[in-house]
This record gives sequence, structure tokens and C-alpha cells, in this order.
Amino acid sequence: MGGIYVMWKREVLRFLRSPSRIAGSLGQPLLFLVALGYGLGPVFRAAGQGNYLDFLAPGIIGMAIIFTSIFNGMQIIWDRQFGFLKETMVAPVSRLAIMFGRTLGGATVAAAQGALVLIMAVLIGFRPVSWAGIAPALVVMLLVALLFSAVGITVASKLRDMQGFHLIMNLLVMPLFFLSGALFPLSSAPQALLLIARFDPLSYGVDALRYFLTGSAAFGLGLDLLILCAVSAFFLWLGALFFSQIEV
Amino acid sequence: MTSIIEVKDLTKKFGSFEAVKGVSFEVEEGGIFAFLGPNGAGKSTTIKMLTTLLHPSAGSLRVNGFDPRTDADAVRRSFGIVFQDPSLDDDLTAFENLEFHGILYGVPKETRTKRIDELLALVELSDRRDSFVRDFSGGMKRRLEIARGLLHHPKIIFLDEPTLGLDPQTRNHLWSYVEKLNAEEGITIFFTTHYMEEADKVAKKIAVIDHGTIIATGSGAELKAQTNTDSLENAFLALTGSEIREEASGGLDHMREARRMWSGNRK
Repeated sequence: MGGIYVMWKREVLRFLRSPSRIAGSLGQPLLFLVALGYGLGPVFRAAGQGNYLDFLAPGIIGMAIIFTSIFNGMQIIWDRQFGFLKETMVAPVSRLAIMFGRTLGGATVAAAQGALVLIMAVLIGFRPVSWAGIAPALVVMLLVALLFSAVGITVASKLRDMQGFHLIMNLLVMPLFFLSGALFPLSSAPQALLLIARFDPLSYGVDALRYFLTGSAAFGLGLDLLILCAVSAFFLWLGALFFSQIEV
Repeated sequence: MTSIIEVKDLTKKFGSFEAVKGVSFEVEEGGIFAFLGPNGAGKSTTIKMLTTLLHPSAGSLRVNGFDPRTDADAVRRSFGIVFQDPSLDDDLTAFENLEFHGILYGVPKETRTKRIDELLALVELSDRRDSFVRDFSGGMKRRLEIARGLLHHPKIIFLDEPTLGLDPQTRNHLWSYVEKLNAEEGITIFFTTHYMEEADKVAKKIAVIDHGTIIATGSGAELKAQTNTDSLENAFLALTGSEIREEASGGLDHMREARRMWSGNRK
């Protein structure tokens, strides 16, 4: 328990102590919300799809979460050689506890980041369908954050240097985001795109967020939660396995 | 005297490359042991096996009576370590770094707080208790790492090139702490260094490793007598030759660079 607590607390402390990092990582979501939300709004409305900003906001929350959580998970590439991780590797604490604490900490931070984007979206004009949906939406954010933190740790456990990191950002995170239905409605997407989106776990995260924040879901809440939980469990298991095999 | 570390025919292979080729040595309980060798000789690999970070390919080893392969946690509780590269969290304070270590090692809160204060006083960092480690100099970080390594009252402390990059004043200070700990607390010291005069001055026993094999053991005086030289540096060169070693460089160097870039950008 000590190991889980320490690793969690460390992530949270680091987050709270770097206001510049928080502000910096809100810049991109803000840009997307303003440029796409306002820019494509009239086109979206003319196509009879309603308010684009309302549609977009859950997607951009999903974007902030996937970026933050995968980035956090991948920080172990640095920590492996330089940081606190090596010190934890020789501590009498199981690798599982360390990996789990780290994932929880990264997920907490990413979910908080998602919540900040939600506040920001509200400030620029997003209106959730009901305020009662906020609490369950936060739970979904935490679940999505947990999933992608575990993905980040799984991938980072197998990488030795930062070159791989950029590759992962470009070949994994970007496609996961753009193909997830965060930016466009899956209900009217071409079949091929819809098929791809069905294999993207972020699609289900964004869909569940839309369910609680805008009141409509393409896949349905039950399927969303089922997939999110199953994929999270899988990557927690795989991440724990890979993490336990790290030799420093 | 009993041995606190016993290593017999220890071997580590990375694929077809044999980094450590059947080394055997013993470290006396309460002793100061220097483990010397050129770059890439197998020092760090051996330390990693002793400290449960790497699994040996063959051979036997005991640390404080426990086998790192089967009793990893018992071994981990027995030693403290100062790594070659800094392993503090720069974004935490000195106190938090120690506090987290104490929690990881299951030191109860009251004992923990008391010991942290004592250790910070020992390494003369009491007034920097709540400062962020990123603002510390190299020497201060080293001292903090030593304090951290001692927090759980280990029987052995491993120091992997602890004085690398430190000025003579700090090095001198650091070795006085270490000798004091050894004399007063009876903690066994196991260290590596490239500064031969340090090893000669501090170590009671020295082992020289090269190309994965131990090529000499004994006190500084014995090694000098054996090679008919007047300083440990010359003895070391006589034993290992004067050819410059190429250490395999890889991801680590790239990352050092990347990290410098990133931490530069962050400010």
C-alpha cells in the first residue's frame, strides 16, 4: 500500500506544482475548441447537426485526457534512467504496486486535466445538457485516463529512448484521437471510418462523455463502459507484466 | 570476521556478450570495500546483480545472508544505495524525497520523521529541508542521496562512483561522512570510483575487475607491492593496461541529451 500511495502522491504533487505545465497543456484544447468549435460551427449547423461546440467539447476533453495520460505514462522512460523509479526498483515494494500507483497517479492528473478542459469549454459557451451529468462524466474521464495511462506505461516499458516516444505520439496517439469520433459524428461517418473507430478505445470514452454531457451516444452507454473497463483491465495487466520485466 | 557479501562464480550474459565472467569475492561485515575497474569492466553489472536490479545468468551470491534471486525484498531491506546517476526526484523537496523513501521501506511515521531530521543534520542539509532538489548543487544532491540510503538503517551501503563530478572539498567531506558511518554505525561500505587515491585512502580491501574477471584483490599496500608500483593509480594501470576503453554508448547518452533539452525548455 505504501508503494501505491507514494507513487500516486508523487504524480499529483508534480502536477499541482507545475502551473506552467497545466496552463501549457490547456493551450491546445483551447485552440481546438475555438478554431474548430467556432470555425466549423455554422457549417455543422447548416448540415442540420446542431451546435458543433456542444458536440466537440466531449471530444476535446477526451483529447486532453489521452495526451496527458499517455505522456505521463511515458515519463517512465526518463525515470528509468534518471529519476525516482530506479530508487523504487531497489525498494522492498512489489513492481505491481509501483506500476499501479503510477498509473493511478497519472490517471488522476489526466482526469483533472480533462475536468479543467470541461470548465474551459463551459467558459467559452459549451452548455452540458444537464448539470447532473457532470459527476458521472468525471467518472468516465477517470476511466479513460486509467486506460491510457496503462497504455502509456505498457508502451514505455518496452522503449529505451525518446526517439520511440515521438514515434508513439505520431503513430499511436494522433490516430487514436483523430479516428475516434472526437471531431466528427460517427453516426453519419462513412462505413470504413466507422469500422476503424470501432477498434479505437477512445471512441467509446468520447461516446460515454457525450452521453452524460450532451445526452446522445452513438454506441450506447452500456457498450461504452463495457469496452472501457475491459480494455483498461487488459492494459493494466499487460502494463504490469511488461513493467515487471524492466531491467534497469 | 564474517562475510556480509559472498559472490561465487557470478556470471552475467547479455545475449552472446559475457559482461561478468564468473567472478568470486567476499566483503567483510563492517569493512570498506572498493570495487575498481576501467569503464565497461563489469562493475555496474555486478552491483546491479547484488542489488536485485539484474538477474545473474549463473553463479551464487549472498547479501546479508539472503539470495537476491529468491529473497529480493530481504536483500533490498539490507542495503542502501547511491546510484551513479542521480536518482532523486527534482520536483520534490529534500524532505519529501526522504519521506517517500521511508514510506517505501515501511519505516513507521514517528521513527521516520525523527531519522529524517537526524540524517539531514548529518549531511548538513537541515536548513534546506523544504527546498526543491532541483535547486541543489551536485554535492548537495549526493549528500541527500546518502542520507536517503541510510534512512532505513541498512547493513550495507553501495556507493557507485559517488564522487563523480564533485569538487575536492565536497569529495573530502563525503568520504569523512562515509568513514564516520563505518566506524560509528558499523555499516559495511561497498564503493566504486575512478579516483584511485580515494580508494587507496578509504578502502580496507580492494578488488580490481577487468573484462568481466577479477584480476587482483588485496589492500592498497598489497596491490602496490604485488605490482611493484608506488601508487594505486600506477598499480591499477599495471594491472589493467593503459589502453583507453570504449564503453558501449546507447540510449542513455541520447536520453541525457534529450533530458537536458527538455529540462532546459521547462524553465
